[in-house]
Amino acid sequence: MKHLGLIIGALLAFMTVPAAAEVPQPDIVIANKDSKCIAPPAVMRRNHMKMLKHQRELTLREGILGAKVSLRRCIECHASKTNDSVIGSDKNFCQTCHDYVAVKLDCWECHQPKANFQATGAMPHD
Amino acid sequence: MTDDSRRHFLALGAGVAGATLLAPGLHLIQVAHARADGVPASSANRWGLLIDSSKCATGCDACVKACNIENGIVEEVPDPRQRSQWIRKIDMTEKSTGRKHSLPMMCQHCAEPPCVDVCPTGASMKRADGIVLVDRHICIGCRYCMMACPYKARSFVHEELTQQNPEVPRGKGCVEACTLCVQRVDKGQLPACVEACPEGAMLFGDLKDPNSEISRRIAQEATTEVRADLELNTGVRYQGI
Amino acid sequence: MTTSTTSFLTYRASTPKFWLLAALGALVSAVGFIAALYMEHKGHIVTGMNQQIVWGLPHVFAIFLIVSCSGVLNVASIGSVFGKTAYKRRAALSGLLSIAMLAGGLFVLMLDLGRADRVIIAATTYNFSSIFAWNVFLYSGMFAVVAVYLWVSMEKRMYGWVKPVGVAAFVWRLILTTGTGSIFGFLLSRSAYQSAIIAPMFIIMSFAWGLAVFLIVQEVMFRWNQLEVHPAIQKRMKNLLGVFLAAVFYFVVVYHLTNIYYAKQTAFERFILLDGGIYTLLFWVGWFLVGTVVPMAMIYGSNQPSRNSIFVASLLVVVGAFCQLYVFIIGGEAFPIDIFPGWQITSTFSDGQIATYTPKLPEFLLGMGGIGVAFMITLIAVRVLKFLPEDDPVQPDAAHD
Repeated sequence: MKHLGLIIGALLAFMTVPAAAEVPQPDIVIANKDSKCIAPPAVMRRNHMKMLKHQRELTLREGILGAKVSLRRCIECHASKTNDSVIGSDKNFCQTCHDYVAVKLDCWECHQPKANFQATGAMPHD
Repeated sequence: MTDDSRRHFLALGAGVAGATLLAPGLHLIQVAHARADGVPASSANRWGLLIDSSKCATGCDACVKACNIENGIVEEVPDPRQRSQWIRKIDMTEKSTGRKHSLPMMCQHCAEPPCVDVCPTGASMKRADGIVLVDRHICIGCRYCMMACPYKARSFVHEELTQQNPEVPRGKGCVEACTLCVQRVDKGQLPACVEACPEGAMLFGDLKDPNSEISRRIAQEATTEVRADLELNTGVRYQGI
Repeated sequence: MTTSTTSFLTYRASTPKFWLLAALGALVSAVGFIAALYMEHKGHIVTGMNQQIVWGLPHVFAIFLIVSCSGVLNVASIGSVFGKTAYKRRAALSGLLSIAMLAGGLFVLMLDLGRADRVIIAATTYNFSSIFAWNVFLYSGMFAVVAVYLWVSMEKRMYGWVKPVGVAAFVWRLILTTGTGSIFGFLLSRSAYQSAIIAPMFIIMSFAWGLAVFLIVQEVMFRWNQLEVHPAIQKRMKNLLGVFLAAVFYFVVVYHLTNIYYAKQTAFERFILLDGGIYTLLFWVGWFLVGTVVPMAMIYGSNQPSRNSIFVASLLVVVGAFCQLYVFIIGGEAFPIDIFPGWQITSTFSDGQIATYTPKLPEFLLGMGGIGVAFMITLIAVRVLKFLPEDDPVQPDAAHD
């Protein structure tokens, strides 16, 4: 093709346009600044999905309790002080990053995203 | 021996005898011990229920209410045919005699569960200790297990849920059923329905422990499995039908 | 083999009618997809399906399409495996329809899942004791086998491979349809199922329905091109349809007679055959009358029925098929599970009662979307490639090529 170089150059230039109109970095709100997570933030960012996926097999299928990786303990620590949840707005911990990277949060279809949530508060025989 | 020391001895003897009589009762209250952290469920146990349905009153549904509260089954579903029920009371009339009866029906936690056989992804599973569960991480909501269950034990969640019990994850598009309150059993507690029954008709225990009350009663008294002809070897047995 | 350039040029022509059909097909498919998105977003609460009728109208459509996709390949098999000339010329169209209907059926089935977003999990995580898991392989493998079959049928250099690939396709779809029937046959929970006869019954139903669909599509394509299917071929194919309808009738009779014989199944048979309301109506009027008796009368009523007759008879067979599946799937679910034989039971969970079900619009639209997808694939393929059967004008119905 005659103008191949020109076309490729134009395409490359065009691809820089999104970089110019960049989405701002998310403002991650840590609800409990004093407590420590089970691993450093860099490790968690890369691996929390693998940790959860591995642990869910052990907890559910094998019935192993009390593991270091516990979704409920994550929620209890990371739930926002405003709505007590890890989702609901871009100020909520899980949702902030997941909205930024556009990865669907599947967990909360089934798992309760609110910390200290009492389904009813009543014991069965009360 | 003086009178005092004899009384003392008799009191001591009575105390020892009383403690010996009570000890099995104390053991009864502790049917399930909380499993230690890090220890998987074991096939050395098999959890089951014995339901003496002759004690079951027709109008009573305390077990159903307790299950709904414990497992967070509190959502409003306008069409009653679409509501989830993990346990329900069945009112029955014997066709040939007219005799009336009532009993609670839930997942029978079969040793040979048809629901586990038919699940394409393996989401429907039997834990090592016999509890049949749905792994909602891989349930695709095909409802084949619902077609396969002879006890109609399974329910399908028809709408978005927000009021789940944190210990009992359940959600839209997945199938669910009685878990024998696995979240309670693992902590050494009784299933909610068993604890709530005002007549004490339901007994929970370890079918593989020959010393458990459930094992002793099953070995001595007449009990039946529902649809025993299917040879599914259910973990739930009934009396009084 | 004679080639007819005129007919090829005719259906390459881009008429407004074609674009209208394409737009219609695209619309129906898109609406079906949107209906599925709606169901997925809101949950199945927007459907008429409930805890008793867990598989509803979409499954009737899906299973019709999947069973027919297997049966329509019969036409090709009779050509490649059994060597009949007229059928050999139809092999490509038969293969195309097979792929198109399989795609349509799977479209409906996958989108009706409670967690349709987890189809990847269905494709990667298997429990091999489940016939559903085997079906994932059988259905996707069917695409591959038929695609290869189409290639060797239409590519002159590969034509030597037609017989072995044809045999492979024939065997594959027998296994596939057995798998589809076994979805129900393997269930011991419900009175309607738990029978080994269901798998072979599905095989024979696939033969009848597949051929009916083929006859419909063939007639439409020929008329579109102002052509007529040769009377000898018409006669051969309509007689075959008659034989298949008779065979389906035989299987249904045996299924019901056996059930009637068992005391524990009598209540279920009363329900289907006598007092099941909509299900009884669909069985006798839908399947028996409209789907079997009338088409057979039209097929065998004359030695050389008109092409209109055969076309209408085929349409009626399809109507009968839908009725039959509705009775089988939904009627089978509506009848209560006999948890306590000998006892009459009631509960808050619809135990002991005939379950009620009213299909809602999203379900119907999704089912039609599947038909739309099958239609679009067929429409575009026949526009682009040479699928119109070209019969030898001198000896259209020669025993062997």
